[in-house]
Amino acid sequence: MDDNVVIRTTARVLMPFMMVFGLYVIFHGEGGPGGGFQGGVILASAFVLYTLVHGIQASTAIVPKRTTDVLAAAGVLLYAGVGVWCLVRGGNFLDYYALMHAPHDPGAAQALGMTLVELGVGMTVAAVMITLFREFAES
Amino acid sequence: MMIAVDMLLLTLLGITAVAVIRTRSLFGAVLLMSIYSLLMAIVWYNMQAMDVAFTEAAVGAGITTVLLVGTLVYTGREERREPRVHWPALGICVATGAALVYGIQDMPRFGDPAAPIHGHVAPEYIAQNAPHGDQIGPGAPLANMGHHVPNQVTAVLASYRGYDTMFETAVIFTAGISLILLRGAPREKGRLFRRRRRRAPRARPRDESETAGDG
Repeated sequence: MDDNVVIRTTARVLMPFMMVFGLYVIFHGEGGPGGGFQGGVILASAFVLYTLVHGIQASTAIVPKRTTDVLAAAGVLLYAGVGVWCLVRGGNFLDYYALMHAPHDPGAAQALGMTLVELGVGMTVAAVMITLFREFAES
Repeated sequence: MMIAVDMLLLTLLGITAVAVIRTRSLFGAVLLMSIYSLLMAIVWYNMQAMDVAFTEAAVGAGITTVLLVGTLVYTGREERREPRVHWPALGICVATGAALVYGIQDMPRFGDPAAPIHGHVAPEYIAQNAPHGDQIGPGAPLANMGHHVPNQVTAVLASYRGYDTMFETAVIFTAGISLILLRGAPREKGRLFRRRRRRAPRARPRDESETAGDG
């Protein structure tokens, strides 16, 4: 599909919007429908589109495999790390109230914890989905 | 009006499901499954389960279709010819379906506020999302999210069931790692984000001991 101008241009125009929408869904999970899982999939689908149009070589050139490997692990580590950070701050594991001292607005700490955790989920899901697609498409 | 839309959607779902079974073209079956997922997403939306609808549309209709089309490269495009009806399997399916339909009679009506699941912890989940000012401690609701977390589904998934979601993420990670171990090519060393495409030194492919530090 490398030589088809219409497909290439459409993909190039669509990709930034897909990525921004994916990030919006990841970070807006506590405010509206969505969350890390859905946003991660949308983010990954932007790269799937790019890979379909430009091929595996170009795709691994902009996002090397090592990056997706590290991102997948970093997402889980971020999630567990938030839990451990709550422990360090004197709460229970994943007890987001311990994240921030805000006695008059405890919801802010919850929202902060959820945002970080959803970011972790989104990183892992996006990286694993890109990996799945590439490994299937490669040979 | 809602009933009519639901009936239409469920009829289309049934037609799509039968078409998936009947078609011999695997490519057609994959696309029909994608249509099935999209219809299902609209059904979830009709039941006001927005998060489920979102997931169904993104995962069921989106990524799954792409992965299944990728799998078709290995399997070929036509289904193998097999006997049309497998009577024991049909019998088991009909019996299970009949048992499920029989069980539906005991379920509460959809959205019934007196249903058991709405009496246990659900009031607490709903109350915590209303602003309470600074009530914490005995007498106050168990949690207090103020106005920060309007989406109750996320409040439950990411906070109450934080362990659950964490290990779900770990499962996804494990799946990715397993695939990499099973069929991934060896990873090249180097920095995580390449600045630009450089011409790799192809002459010495295996000589990594000297350049292992930074690429």
